[in-house]
Amino acid sequence: MKLKTALLGAAAGLALAPAAFAERGADGHVNIIYWQAPSILNPYLSSGTKDIESASLVIEPLGRYDEKGNLVPYLAEEIPTVGNGGVSEDLTSITWKLKSGLLWSDGSPVTSADVVFTAEYCMHPEGGCAQLAKFDGVDKVEAMDDLTVKVTFKEPKPNPYGPFMGGQSPILQKAQFENCLGAKAPECTDANFGPIGTGPFHVVEFKPNDVIQMEANPNYRDPAKPAFATLTFKGGGDAAAAGRAVLETGEFDYAWNLQLAPDVLAGMAAAGKGEALSAFGTLVERIEMNMTDPSPDLPEGERATAKHPHPFLSDLRVRKALSMAIDRNLLVEVGYGQAGRPTCNLVPAPELYASDNTDCIAQDVEGAKALLEEAGWTDTDGDGVRDKDGKKLHILYQTSTNAVRQDFQALIKQWWSEIGVETELKNIDASVYFGGDPGSPDTFQKFYADVEMYANNFDGTDPEPYLGQYGCDKAPTPEKQWQGENINRYCDPAYDELLAELGRTGDLEKRGEIAKRLNDMLTKDSYTVVALVDRGRVSARSNTLGGVILNTWDSELWNAADWYRMK
Amino acid sequence: MTDLPAAKVDAALRPPRNQWWDVWDQFKTHKGALIGLIIFALILFGVALGPFLWGIDPTYVDPNPVQMLKLRNQGPSLAHPFGTDQLGRDMLARVMAGGKVSIAVGLTAMLLSLFLGTLIGVLAGFFRRLDGILMSATDLFLSLPLLPLLLLMVTLFREPLSQRFGTEAGIFLLIVFAIGVTSWMQTARIVRGEVLALKEREYVLAARSIGTPSRRMVLRHVLPNVMSPIMVSATLGIANAIITESALSFLGLGFPPDFPTWGRILFDAVDQMQLYPLRVILPGVAISLTVLSVNYIGDGLRDALDPRIRGR
Repeated sequence: MKLKTALLGAAAGLALAPAAFAERGADGHVNIIYWQAPSILNPYLSSGTKDIESASLVIEPLGRYDEKGNLVPYLAEEIPTVGNGGVSEDLTSITWKLKSGLLWSDGSPVTSADVVFTAEYCMHPEGGCAQLAKFDGVDKVEAMDDLTVKVTFKEPKPNPYGPFMGGQSPILQKAQFENCLGAKAPECTDANFGPIGTGPFHVVEFKPNDVIQMEANPNYRDPAKPAFATLTFKGGGDAAAAGRAVLETGEFDYAWNLQLAPDVLAGMAAAGKGEALSAFGTLVERIEMNMTDPSPDLPEGERATAKHPHPFLSDLRVRKALSMAIDRNLLVEVGYGQAGRPTCNLVPAPELYASDNTDCIAQDVEGAKALLEEAGWTDTDGDGVRDKDGKKLHILYQTSTNAVRQDFQALIKQWWSEIGVETELKNIDASVYFGGDPGSPDTFQKFYADVEMYANNFDGTDPEPYLGQYGCDKAPTPEKQWQGENINRYCDPAYDELLAELGRTGDLEKRGEIAKRLNDMLTKDSYTVVALVDRGRVSARSNTLGGVILNTWDSELWNAADWYRMK
Repeated sequence: MTDLPAAKVDAALRPPRNQWWDVWDQFKTHKGALIGLIIFALILFGVALGPFLWGIDPTYVDPNPVQMLKLRNQGPSLAHPFGTDQLGRDMLARVMAGGKVSIAVGLTAMLLSLFLGTLIGVLAGFFRRLDGILMSATDLFLSLPLLPLLLLMVTLFREPLSQRFGTEAGIFLLIVFAIGVTSWMQTARIVRGEVLALKEREYVLAARSIGTPSRRMVLRHVLPNVMSPIMVSATLGIANAIITESALSFLGLGFPPDFPTWGRILFDAVDQMQLYPLRVILPGVAISLTVLSVNYIGDGLRDALDPRIRGR
C-alpha cells in the first residue's frame, strides 16, 4: 500500500514537473516550417506574412492582439486607454509606458528612444516603409522620459493602436538601425537579417530564403521562458510538404498556413502525428484588379503606374462582369471545404465592421454577358473572344504557385471563357511573388498583370489601417521602390475623404458604418477587389508541441515564448 | 568447267544493296531496340493523332457545378479510361496533350543541341587552332549549374519572348533554346574525339594529298564517319530534354499552369499522390517509357551503325 502511494506520488510529481521546474531552454529544440521562406527579418521592409511572422520571434511590439482580438501588453506596462488615462480625452494622443528593466538580447536596456527611433525609421520621407499605413495620421512621437513615449496624432484618432501594436509594427533597436534611415534602409543587410530584439529568441544565423537558426534570448524578460533552447525556422517548399512534415512524419513541430485541398489535409492528419488547427479571421482570398496599364510596351518606370489607366479594367462594367461569372460556392467546395466560406467582402470580420454585402455569391453568367455587351465588348470576328476597337478582351491572370490556387485559376479561366474573355494564366514561385524585391518583375506589388490572386488579412480587430491601404498615396510606384499596399492603384478622392472621416470618428457604431461603406466602395460598388473566399487559417502542430494558440489577429507565433514540449 | 553455281551468279548480278538495309538488318537483331521502337512509335502516334480520335478538350471543366463536383477524382471508367483529375478534367486527354508538348520540346531541343554539339565538335577536332578555345568553352558550359541557369533564363526572357511570339510559342522557344544551349557539350566532346582519330586515317591523308578543301573533307569524309556517335547522342538528347522540361514544369516554371505537359501533370498531382496514385503514375510512366524506349533505340542504332559490329 505504501509503495503504491509512493509510486502515485512520484507519478504525480513527474506530471507536475514541467510546470514546477520550468526553466529557460529545458525543452531542447523546436522546428517550425513555413513553406514560404523569409527573405528579410525587418517587417518595415517587407509586407510578406512570412517575413513579419518570422521576425515576430525576435522583435516585439508594445502590444499584441490575442486569439480573441483583445489587446495584450507586451513591452508596454499596460494597454493605454481613455479609462486609464493613457489615451487623451480628445483622442489626439496616446502615451505608452514601457515595462521597466527590459533588455535587448545584447544586454543593453530598452528605452523610449528606441520606440521614437522606430517611428522615425518608418516615417522617413525617403524610405519605402512597408508598414506606413500603421503610422497614418501620426504627427509626432516623442520620449517623455526613459520609459514613456507619447504619440501625437494630427487629428483625433479613435483607434490609436496603429503604431507599435501587432506583429507588423515591432520596436527596432536604435543603436543597430541608426545608420539605416531612409533610402539606406535596404542596404543595412546585417541589421535587416539579424535584428537585435526583445523577443524570446535571437538570431544565430539567417540564410535568406532558406533557414533561420535561433537561440533562446538570454535577456528575455521572463526568466523561465522560452522553454526551448534553440529553434530552427525552415522556409520554403510547398504547403503539402510542410503539412506532411508535421502531420505525417513528425519531423517538424509547427507548420504555417496549410493551403491544401480538404481531402489532402484529412489524409495527412490520419497519420496521427499531429493535428490541424483552424480558425476564421480576416484572411480573404481575392482577385485584385489592376487599374493601371501593365503593358510591357510602356517604358519601365511608367508601366503599371497611375500615368496609364488600364485599357479595359478601368471600366466598372468589365470588372463587375468578371466577378459575376465566378461561382464562389464551387471554389470553396473545391479548394477549402470546411476551412472556407464564400464572401464578397474585403473585411469579413469582426461583425461590427463586416458589411452585409452578399450580391456576388450567386453566379450570373448571362448577366455578365449582358454587361459586357453593354460596355461595347462584342465578339465581332466569331472566335469566342470579345473585342472592341480591334482589341481583344485578353487577361493575364497571375498568382503564386500552389495547387489550390492553380485549380482556382483553371476554374475561373473556364468561367471567363464562357463570357467571352480570354485568360492567360501565370504562376510564380511564392518566395519571389511575395518577396517584395524591387528588382524582380514578378512581385505582387509590381503587378505586371491584369488581375492577380492572393490572400491578405489585417492584424488586430480594427480594419482602419487595412482599409487605409487603399488610399491614393499608398500605391506602389517605382519612386517608392515598389513598396506600398494599394496594389490595385485604386484612387478615389471620395474614398480618401471617407477614410479621413473614419480617422476622426470615435463612436464604435459609427465607425462600423463607415468601415462597411469603405468596404463596399472597394467591393460591390467598384469591384476593385473581387473577394472570393473567406479563408479559415489552417496550421498544424505536432502532438508533442504544447502551448500553441492559433491566433488569426496577429502573428501566429505571437506566444512562442509559452510553447513547450509535452512529455 | 568453270561454271559457277547458279546462286552465286545471282548474288553477283543482283544490284548492290543499300547500306541502310544492312543497318536495319542489324538493328532488327537487337530485341530491346525493336521493342523500344515500337513503343516509341505508339507513343508518337498516340500524342500526335490521339487528340483527333479522343475529342475531349484537356482543359475542359464542366460548367455545371453539380456535374463538375461529381466528375472530380474519378477512377478509370469507360467515359474516362484514365480517370479524371481534381477538377474533373479527362486524364487521357491531358496525358495526350501533355505528351505532345513534352515530345515536341524533346525533339526540337535535341535537334538544336545536336547541331551545336556537332558543329563545335567537328570544328574543334578538325581545326587545331580552334581546339583550345572551343574546348574551353565546352568545359565552361559543362561547369555551369544547369537548373539555376535555366531558372534565370526563364525569369529574364519569358516576358519579351511571350510578347513577340505569343505565350505558348514564346515559352516553347525559350525552353527549347534553354535546353538546347545547355546540353550540347557531351555531343561536342564525343564528336571531337572521333574527329581527332579520323583525321589521322590514311584516307583522309589521301584526300588531303589530292588537294581536297577542308569543307569537302569535313562533309564527305569526316561527318559520315561520326554519324554513329551523333545518332546515339541524339537519342540520349531527346530523353534528356524531356526530363529537363518535366523538371522545369515540375518546379512550376516553364509553361503556363493551364497548359498540360507531362511534368506539369505530375506536379499538379503530387499533393494528392497518396489519395489518387494513378494521377502521378500515368505521367510518370509516360515519361519513363518514352525515355527508356528512346534509350534502347539509341543502343540498337549504335550497334547497327558501326560497320565493325555489323555483320558479326
